Amino acid sequence: MPDFWFFLEVLVGGLLSGTMYALVALGFVLIYKASSVFNFAQGAMVFFAVLSFVGFMELGLPFWAALPVTVGLMILVGMGTERFVLRPLVNQSEDTLLMATIGLAFVIEGVAQLAWGVDVRRLDLGIRDEPINWVMDKTGMLVSQLDVTAAAVAGIMVAALALLFSHTKVGRGLRAVADDHAAALSIGIPLKHIWMLVWATAGVVALVAGMLWGARSGVQFALVWVALKALPVLIIGGFTSVPGVILAGLIVGAVEKIGEVFIGPFFGGGIEGWAPYMLAVLFLLIRPEGLFGEKIIRRV
Amino acid sequence: MLTDRMLRRVVPAISAAATFIAIAAASTAAMAQEAQEQYFGIPSSRVGPYSAMGTGYYGGIIDYLNYVNMKGGVNGVKLTYDECETEYNAARTVECYQRLLNKGDQKMVVFDTLGTPGAYAVIGRMAQDHVVLAQYGYGRTDAADGRVWPWVFNAAGHYWGQIAVKMNYIAEKEGGVDKMKGKTIVHLHIDTAYGREPLPAMRQIAKDWDFKLIEIAVPAPGLEQQSQWLQIRKEKADWVTFWGAGSGMNSTAITTAARVGFPREKMFYVTFGGAEEDMIPAGDAAKGTYVAANAAPGKDYPLIADIIKVVYGAGKGNMQNPDRVGTVYYNRGVGAAAMWIEALKNAQQIHNKVGKTVNGDEFRDGYEALDVTDEKLKEIGILGMSAPFKMSCAKHDGSERFKVMQWDGKKFQILTDWVPAPDPAFIRKLIEDSAAKFAAENNITPRKCS
Amino acid sequence: MLYREAGQFRTSYAQDSQIFPLRQDRVGIIIMLIAAVMLPFVANSYWLSAILIPWLVLSLVALGQNILMGYAGQLSLGSAGFMAVGAFACYNLILRIDGIPFVVAVGLSGVCAALVGIVFGLPSLRIRGLYLAVATLASQFFIVWALDKFGWFKNYDPAGVITAQPIVMFGHNFATPREKYWVVLAIVAVLALLAKNMARGSIGRGWMAVRDMDVAAEVMGFSLLRTKLQAFAISSFYCGVGGALFAFAYLQTVEPSAFGIDLSFRILFMVIIGGLGTIMGSFLGAGFILLMPIFLNIFFHTVFGKSVDATITSALEQVIFGVMIIMFLIFEPLGLARLWQLTKERLRLWPFKH
Repeated sequence: MPDFWFFLEVLVGGLLSGTMYALVALGFVLIYKASSVFNFAQGAMVFFAVLSFVGFMELGLPFWAALPVTVGLMILVGMGTERFVLRPLVNQSEDTLLMATIGLAFVIEGVAQLAWGVDVRRLDLGIRDEPINWVMDKTGMLVSQLDVTAAAVAGIMVAALALLFSHTKVGRGLRAVADDHAAALSIGIPLKHIWMLVWATAGVVALVAGMLWGARSGVQFALVWVALKALPVLIIGGFTSVPGVILAGLIVGAVEKIGEVFIGPFFGGGIEGWAPYMLAVLFLLIRPEGLFGEKIIRRV
Repeated sequence: MLTDRMLRRVVPAISAAATFIAIAAASTAAMAQEAQEQYFGIPSSRVGPYSAMGTGYYGGIIDYLNYVNMKGGVNGVKLTYDECETEYNAARTVECYQRLLNKGDQKMVVFDTLGTPGAYAVIGRMAQDHVVLAQYGYGRTDAADGRVWPWVFNAAGHYWGQIAVKMNYIAEKEGGVDKMKGKTIVHLHIDTAYGREPLPAMRQIAKDWDFKLIEIAVPAPGLEQQSQWLQIRKEKADWVTFWGAGSGMNSTAITTAARVGFPREKMFYVTFGGAEEDMIPAGDAAKGTYVAANAAPGKDYPLIADIIKVVYGAGKGNMQNPDRVGTVYYNRGVGAAAMWIEALKNAQQIHNKVGKTVNGDEFRDGYEALDVTDEKLKEIGILGMSAPFKMSCAKHDGSERFKVMQWDGKKFQILTDWVPAPDPAFIRKLIEDSAAKFAAENNITPRKCS
Repeated sequence: MLYREAGQFRTSYAQDSQIFPLRQDRVGIIIMLIAAVMLPFVANSYWLSAILIPWLVLSLVALGQNILMGYAGQLSLGSAGFMAVGAFACYNLILRIDGIPFVVAVGLSGVCAALVGIVFGLPSLRIRGLYLAVATLASQFFIVWALDKFGWFKNYDPAGVITAQPIVMFGHNFATPREKYWVVLAIVAVLALLAKNMARGSIGRGWMAVRDMDVAAEVMGFSLLRTKLQAFAISSFYCGVGGALFAFAYLQTVEPSAFGIDLSFRILFMVIIGGLGTIMGSFLGAGFILLMPIFLNIFFHTVFGKSVDATITSALEQVIFGVMIIMFLIFEPLGLARLWQLTKERLRLWPFKH
């Protein structure tokens, strides 16, 4: 197969993977945008969400019943986190909150294994992880159906959330809270409700991301580490930008795959692990807040 | 009233104090120990990314120990054990090793880390502490040279033997070694030492048989193997030997292979990458994958069936999910434990301690004296599940034979009997060279074996 | 009553700027050091090799992390990477330079780690806060990948996991846990003293100025380039020495996977729970994080024994560990060092209330 088509194939594959990373990163952005907390437990939440979903199905619930039940569970998790972890720590430094979310990650991982056991499970979403035939026939390129579906889902979620933030009353409230808690309180925005809403939404996003990743790679503990893949996306896109997440995801995915296939062999391969991070560092050197992040203004 | 301020002081103070008390108690308490109980220390990994593996393997070991106890122990000596969670982490394994080492006035006699990182972390201590490192299909390959490593064994066949067996099988499937000329074999592996283990042997075989060997690495956790498989497709590989770790990587390889249209019937998994836990998440895509086995799965081996009847019948089974009895890792654990008990019996015999507990040196002699024939396997009840082998002073590895099995969508179909490595002398030479190099670098004088 | 400064007068600048101005403190420290040296005679091998040695080594690394995060305010998640550099550098130095004393090798490996630290600390000149933390992850992943990938670091060992050489100094092989403990104790004590002095001196004040408000510090004349890179260098030096000791005195193997991101997180925990910006906090935090999982494991095995499935107890341990961390952060965000400080202040007044 001529090299140009191969390059295109790798590129398209990378772009599609990138949207999967963006889905995970979306959860981070939501929480950071609304409460300035970097939720390191997002990876654990992705794992817990999809594990519970599969668990409920195993207990007998059909697909369409398990879905709202799991959503409800994630909302409870979000509310619990806000009430028991964040509220007591409300005025602490960024580092403390980060540590608290790492502690939270341990708790969620442990509870997930306690509640549902450590067996590895399958998730069948009904979308086959196989090449789309007409693309294959026309160009010889391989584009997976699951990947395209995931990209579409990611795109829809990002669009919906961006609209939520910019055009609805709730969204404006979220942005106000992110800007200044005290001021938002003083004009009557219900802080607790807003935070619960944000964490609940992040939980739902985690579930969707978990379902797509689980369908691809099996539902097991290793899913916790997809969060590590999402961090460079966050940096490049900016911690506070919802549309930035998609663009950054595309960039990270493309660079990662093209780098691994074309540059990796010179080093013996395996550069996928750190290449996105190096790219993120380079980006930061040029734009310290990421592509679309809010410019950090410091008063001396 | 418990005020916030009091909690502030009390909570951390109590936890600190309690910690010290617990450690002191654990390490100095002389726990009530009957003289007729043989103690085993078990470093299990029940949480974390390798939990599926750990719960199966150590569950099998514990079930077998309980089974032996229920059948009257080893010549009347009952077996006890303590577990310690390592999370499959080298540092935790070292800590567990230290903690499990002594119980009362007895020392543990054998240690099994289920994994290469843990094995390497403790391997240097075995000679000093007089504990046997019973690797079972993993670990330091050149420890098969018993002259340099008197305290380390590998009863289930190591990686160099395994890759030779696999290459032989592939050659057979292609129609003969001469048909291998010009073919392309990809070794897809996790980007760690474990993944690169078979490469020296593979490169030599590639040279001898004149096929093209491409090495492609997958960085952990390997949940995303798009780029690697697109490369494999571009290179038009004929076969892929897969050396992964963790069910995430293992099942993702299958689903990605399906996505790029690479036939699963041309994929050959390693013993530590091919178990039910790795195949099931990949669903239908896994059908046709070949896996090498050093312990065959199945519930109808007499021992396994008996364990289900006796141990699970009494409600003392260790597996939370009893369906996992008879899976690959479970049977491997049972096989490993069976070797411990045979070694124990040998030790009691050799040192005239029938009916009494043995120490590390005696156990070591017992392990080295293992001569597991087909009759012995039949007696234990695992004929066909484990391969027969004989240890000796210089040869500390097992039979170097593997079965080839294939996943049919629901379970593994065992396709062959015990296939030996085609050129054991060549592999033995590699091992002895490596062991000699290690001995020279570390000023170890290899012992003499008659 | 006992812990009072009444009657202790300082008559020179030297006396005024001592680390331990109170006589009671000085006496206490000397007693503690003597106890530490005498400890191997009473402690058994498990305590020495599995608790005390890793505690000392990890305290050293936590010290390094504290210098970077606590004093200089640079959020970093790459400490395990620098440990790996130290460990491999030590291995290679001992391998390639015949007869090099262990202490010298350790010192030089610290220097290697410091050089690497400077390189990866360069982004800190432009990036701050959480972004810097994620950027340091880049150094973590890259370093571990590079050390694993290029066989030269491992002397082309076919096994890939190298056994650390024995600790040899002045012709003597420090092989027993007791001797290893003394070597580690000596190195850690000296370096901790150095760190304390650095923190109290102008170097430390420079770091703290940069931490609190780097723009203002620059205006006052601190070269941000020098201060930040110096913090990275010294912090990486400590992490590198700690890494070498970790590999040689504790694990006895040198392998990249032992220095993964989970170790970086553990060190981060140690620093935060111990107390950011304190020397004592590094030791206390390291003790807590090291002992808590062990305590939980022992506790559950003693209480539940065989009656509860071990998988459940292992998962419970994880949950409780996370809960304890969160509770700690809620109830005492300034860490164990703050508790220690409060205790000392109460002691100064005791038996009076105020």
